[in-house]
Amino acid sequence: MPSLKTFRVRIASVKSTQKITSAMKMVAAAKFRRAQEQAVAARPYAERMSRMLGSLAGGATSSDGPTLLGGTGADKVHLVIVATSDRGLCGAFNSSIVRAARGFIRQLLTEGKTVKILCVGRKGRDQLRRDFAKNITETIDEVGKKRLSFADAQRVADRILALFAAGEFDVATLFYNRFKSAISQIPTKQQLIPFPVEVGAEPAAANESGAIYEFEPDEGDILSELLPRNLAIQVYRALLENSASEQGARMSAMDNATRNAGDMIKRLTLQYNRTRQATITKELIEIISGAEAI
Amino acid sequence: MADKVQFELVSPERLLVSRAVEMVVVPGSEGDFGVLPDHAPMISTVRPGTIEIHEGGQVVEQIFVAGGFAEVTGERCTVLADEATPVKEIDKGAVQSQLDAVRTEMAAANDDAAREKLAARVEVLEAKLAAAA
Repeated sequence: MPSLKTFRVRIASVKSTQKITSAMKMVAAAKFRRAQEQAVAARPYAERMSRMLGSLAGGATSSDGPTLLGGTGADKVHLVIVATSDRGLCGAFNSSIVRAARGFIRQLLTEGKTVKILCVGRKGRDQLRRDFAKNITETIDEVGKKRLSFADAQRVADRILALFAAGEFDVATLFYNRFKSAISQIPTKQQLIPFPVEVGAEPAAANESGAIYEFEPDEGDILSELLPRNLAIQVYRALLENSASEQGARMSAMDNATRNAGDMIKRLTLQYNRTRQATITKELIEIISGAEAI
Repeated sequence: MADKVQFELVSPERLLVSRAVEMVVVPGSEGDFGVLPDHAPMISTVRPGTIEIHEGGQVVEQIFVAGGFAEVTGERCTVLADEATPVKEIDKGAVQSQLDAVRTEMAAANDDAAREKLAARVEVLEAKLAAAA
């Protein structure tokens, strides 16, 4: 039977672990609130942007439009952008993104496509390196370490655009966790280039507003400025959703850990008390039987 | 006919203005344009400059934008700004030092693409400074 001392030591160690996890939970909760506010604040821009893009793209035909909208016409080389966090201890947050991305990459590879991977965040790279080390072309980490700003997203988008301009890939797909609630995040796949245009929805929208826009300078110029901008916005939104999801996942993971530690302490305390009682009883029996023997 | 136009100014990070105004003057890339109710629908790019909100014939608010896009319809005017700061909040000293930093960087830059990017930055900062003056 373990001695009383080992119990005491274990209880103390679990208690200090519990203190750490509950502190982390608190920190995650504060960060989570901030991330959520930021995600909400960014929403109007993305909405207006897609509205504007909708009224623009309605007029532009994909065949003679910019390649960002229409694509290069090929789909040989795929760029998979995997957005994860830099830090762990957030439950299945990173694994679920990586799992979704891995399935997609496998499928592309079996179809004989070339896959290039751009990792945003350290954890995704670490996990993907095991299977697809030679496919990973680049990693961008320390994104939004303090507070995610639009400049961070712009940096990522600029990288993607530079690769696209250099003809490094035909299709870009982004993987991130869509934020649903603190306990539920949905790994999401989003195609960035060519920008998916819902063909069915547009004519209706154009008719509804009944507006024929004038363009200044002209439609092509605006589109060629608007599309890279839109890419940055999409990335920004994904990163914001991701950071809210990350903090949410961490919050619930740490909550679970704190509760588990609590359970463990309870169990250990019970065992400790039992053992203590057993020792006392044993000593008493020894004394009594000793006295009886006289 | 509505006598006000719904003006919205959004930057990627937040919604700055969303209210009905009498007139708003936007610095379009092909020249400034004023938006009154029932303006013809248009989409324009925006150059670095100052957006002016007019109320009762007076300029009541000035906001600096570093470029972006404007969408105008009969009822509303939406400006998607890359960066927006109310003119009153511009810190001239900070902008000037940023401008100097970018200028020295530009002098050191040796490829055209980088220089072009920095030149755009200089233009934005100069406009910002002019807006604050």
